[in-house]
Amino acid sequence: MDMTQYIPVLLTKYNYWVYITLMMIGLWAMIAKNNLIKKIIGMSIFQTAIILFYVSIGAKYGATIPILSHGHGGAHEAAVRAVDYINPLPHVLMLTAIVVSVATLGVALALSIRIHRRYRTLEEDEILSQLREQ
Amino acid sequence: MSEHFPALLVIGPLLAALVISIAGWLRPRLCLPLAFIGVGVAALAATGLLVQVLASGPMGYRLGGWDPPWGIYYFVDQLNAVVAAVVAWVALVNLVASHQAIKADYDGKQGPFYTLYVLAVTGLLGMVATGDAFNLYVLLEIASLTGYALIGMGSSRAPMSSLNYLFLGTIGASFYLLGVGYLYIVTGSLNMADLATLLPPLYGSLAVMAAFAIILVGLWMKMAFFPLHAWLPNAYSQAPGPAASLLAPLMTKVMVYVMIRMMLSVFTVDFIAMQALLQQFIVWLAVAAIVAGALFALTQRDLKRMLAFIVVSEVGYMVGGAWLGNRLGMTGAVLHLVNDAVMTFCVFLAAGCIFHKVRGTAFEDLQGLFKKMPWTMAALAAGALAIIGVPPTCGFFSKWYLIRGAIDAGQWVFVVGLLFSSLVNVVLFFRLFEIAFFEPMAEGHGHGGHGHAPAVALAEAPLSMLLPLIAAALGLVALGLATGPLVKYVITPILPAGLV
Repeated sequence: MDMTQYIPVLLTKYNYWVYITLMMIGLWAMIAKNNLIKKIIGMSIFQTAIILFYVSIGAKYGATIPILSHGHGGAHEAAVRAVDYINPLPHVLMLTAIVVSVATLGVALALSIRIHRRYRTLEEDEILSQLREQ
Repeated sequence: MSEHFPALLVIGPLLAALVISIAGWLRPRLCLPLAFIGVGVAALAATGLLVQVLASGPMGYRLGGWDPPWGIYYFVDQLNAVVAAVVAWVALVNLVASHQAIKADYDGKQGPFYTLYVLAVTGLLGMVATGDAFNLYVLLEIASLTGYALIGMGSSRAPMSSLNYLFLGTIGASFYLLGVGYLYIVTGSLNMADLATLLPPLYGSLAVMAAFAIILVGLWMKMAFFPLHAWLPNAYSQAPGPAASLLAPLMTKVMVYVMIRMMLSVFTVDFIAMQALLQQFIVWLAVAAIVAGALFALTQRDLKRMLAFIVVSEVGYMVGGAWLGNRLGMTGAVLHLVNDAVMTFCVFLAAGCIFHKVRGTAFEDLQGLFKKMPWTMAALAAGALAIIGVPPTCGFFSKWYLIRGAIDAGQWVFVVGLLFSSLVNVVLFFRLFEIAFFEPMAEGHGHGGHGHAPAVALAEAPLSMLLPLIAAALGLVALGLATGPLVKYVITPILPAGLV
């Protein structure tokens, strides 16, 4: 197998590699980190990676935002060339996903406040050892 | 009016949640009636929908009047109609049953509690009704986020369990979102019916395969399919009783429904049939789930934890049945979805009643309970018989279909798994009843120093908890007797002709 054939795949689809790398960083933080806040940060990175993935699939070189110039009245005369515009739908979907991820972050932080109040620590091993002692 | 039922299903509880959160500040006493109205509207709409769909076939609803592939489209056929009815009625009955427990344990926090409760119902019903893959993600997160918060309100260990659930649940939901993204890349559509017509020419594509696999793993995480079940036992056993008896029966079951919807209505049985290797692998995984859930349940010394592991085992039944790849298996999976929602509800509600009176559900707390709480224990016994699969309770009939499906498909290992877990369930529950029936009341356990009444004194749960519990127990028999019509009018019409 010739390794060079993978180079174009890497270069032209780099947005996918970026999102996968970010996702794995987030996943690693969620699995391996001991501090609950670091885990929560990992979770945020994980979710953001997917947001970036969606945003990147709507983007296009040389295209512009989907607003018709001279939109009032005259625009429907001329044919709309879809090639000139980026796809707004994935971006709109991600507005919702951002709201969801902020809400998740909020719930996670609220829970970690409750955990801290009870165990006076946010290190998972210390919490687990306290739980075992009970 | 009736054409708006699919929207009312979601709008009713959603608006109620908004009003309850305000009432929580101004008039806390109004929270319960408002929650009752919100969930009641949903239950009536769900019942109306079921009647209508059974009479005149599937119906759709265009939210905001936008046409399907572009706007969000709600689509209700026999499958979602019956699941929505079960979800709404279980939530309503649970609300009636739990208000005393909520008042006892969460006085002063009733506003937030009811808001979260009604929002969770909104999310669950929305997931069932929607015909849009992205809308499903949003509603999934509504149900999950409220679920995390409800669980986090539980015992002192609950916040930690809830946070673990949140981590795994978020990974699961994100995977689902990612899979939907891949489907969007290849088809440019998010509408389920539209996806089903656009996907067939692309079945060979690696992106479609990846999308399917990623969605499946995401959903498995959410439904606690072994080995992705790690979050469930702690979360459901430490959740407050009223939240446990809402989430444990409904959340996992709705996720199984979503998986079946994906398998039948987004991808088709033709696509599933192409994945013979995957099919075999999933059936093996389901057997592992059934056996592992049963074995873990055997090692528990607490009623709620034992029940939580039984839920893990039951998820294996449904996933396995759905992936047997024949009509009988799919029939059994859908039937078990409905039955399991009611039987899990029955046993968790019974556990809630016990906790309400005894303040504990460890096996030592159960000693002598048959004398103390005969009705609660009778209902628990009915739930146990349904879970074991004794006729005429509903559990028998769905297991019957599952086993026949497994024999038809030649999946003997699944047959063995089902029989093994039934046997383990017998051991589990009879061990429990032996403790509750024969062992005398523990003296002064967990009650501090106050004077103890004689062990024979009747101390039954309040009537408002007992009546719903008995209704749920009777529902188990009623569902069992209704198996014939349920299969004929609800399940057979939704099974595609391609499924043999």
